[in-house]
Amino acid sequence: MTGATISLDELERDALTEVVNIGVSRAASSLRKMVKRQVLLSVPSVEIVTQAAAASLIGQRESENLVAVKQEFEGAFSGRALLIFPETKSLELARAVMGDEATDDQVLEIESEALAETGNVILNNCLGTMANMLKQSLKMSLPEIIRGNGEHLFARTSDANKSALVLFLYINFSVQDRNIRGYIAMLMDLPSMAALKILIAGFIDRVTEDVG
Amino acid sequence: MTVTIMIVDDSKLARIVAGKAIGALRPDWVRVEASNAQEALQLVSEQQIDVAVLDFNMPGQDGLELAADLRKSYPNMPIAIITANIQDEVISRARAVNATFVNKPLTEDGMSGFLEGAALRLKQARR
Repeated sequence: MTGATISLDELERDALTEVVNIGVSRAASSLRKMVKRQVLLSVPSVEIVTQAAAASLIGQRESENLVAVKQEFEGAFSGRALLIFPETKSLELARAVMGDEATDDQVLEIESEALAETGNVILNNCLGTMANMLKQSLKMSLPEIIRGNGEHLFARTSDANKSALVLFLYINFSVQDRNIRGYIAMLMDLPSMAALKILIAGFIDRVTEDVG
Repeated sequence: MTVTIMIVDDSKLARIVAGKAIGALRPDWVRVEASNAQEALQLVSEQQIDVAVLDFNMPGQDGLELAADLRKSYPNMPIAIITANIQDEVISRARAVNATFVNKPLTEDGMSGFLEGAALRLKQARR
């Protein structure tokens, strides 16, 4: 990479949004089975911004601390996927997954475990669907729970370059009749963006084949 | 008699894919497109639309709300909701407005059942 800015043209951005939309819709269908309530989704946002800007996009909307389940993915394109909740909502999610019969102590005790498991199902579902559509396989790390503000959640241990551009995809979701809402977010760096751009072009070619 | 089918999706690519599947299965049908619910409602007010294929997750009014709106004025129009969101509530809302549920990513196979049913219903209605 020469440091040149990668951009996506209108159809590429559109195709990427559609792939994310399908991935997230599948993930929402899995979450629905776990919480037994309808999961409502926003339309995905696809942005190329600095890592700091990505962090503040979510951080600025939330006054309380955040909890996230993070999984790294690796393959033709690599990055991080996060399932993010305001801290108080993560307890509500653990409760919803465990069922109403669980006591407060029980919920507190296994909150992290319940979150990691829920995050694992949702993020795998989402990324797995995307990988399949792009005809790639992705290796997913184990889920990790992180707590803190947006900046902390999006920071990378290997390089702390906050001005580096990232491809930032995010969706808000909420659970009906439950006080639960959060975000599904994905971040990819420049080399991955370049690889993804090629895969997206291939995907567009495949699905529009034979169209005059 | 010409059949006009309306494809509503905020994604241009998704409209191309839907158009391609419909074109392969029903090459004689006329296809028109809208990128949101408002445009779709404008279209149906301006011209004859016989069949509608609607994306679920769109900015503004979603596909199921649009289906409910269309249903008020067109009780017999064959309508499909296309989505990867297979939650029970989404499926039952589709049923409630008498719309067919079609899975995304869209394939010719997934589309063919709906189009066959739609063609049959139109034929019966026009008889």
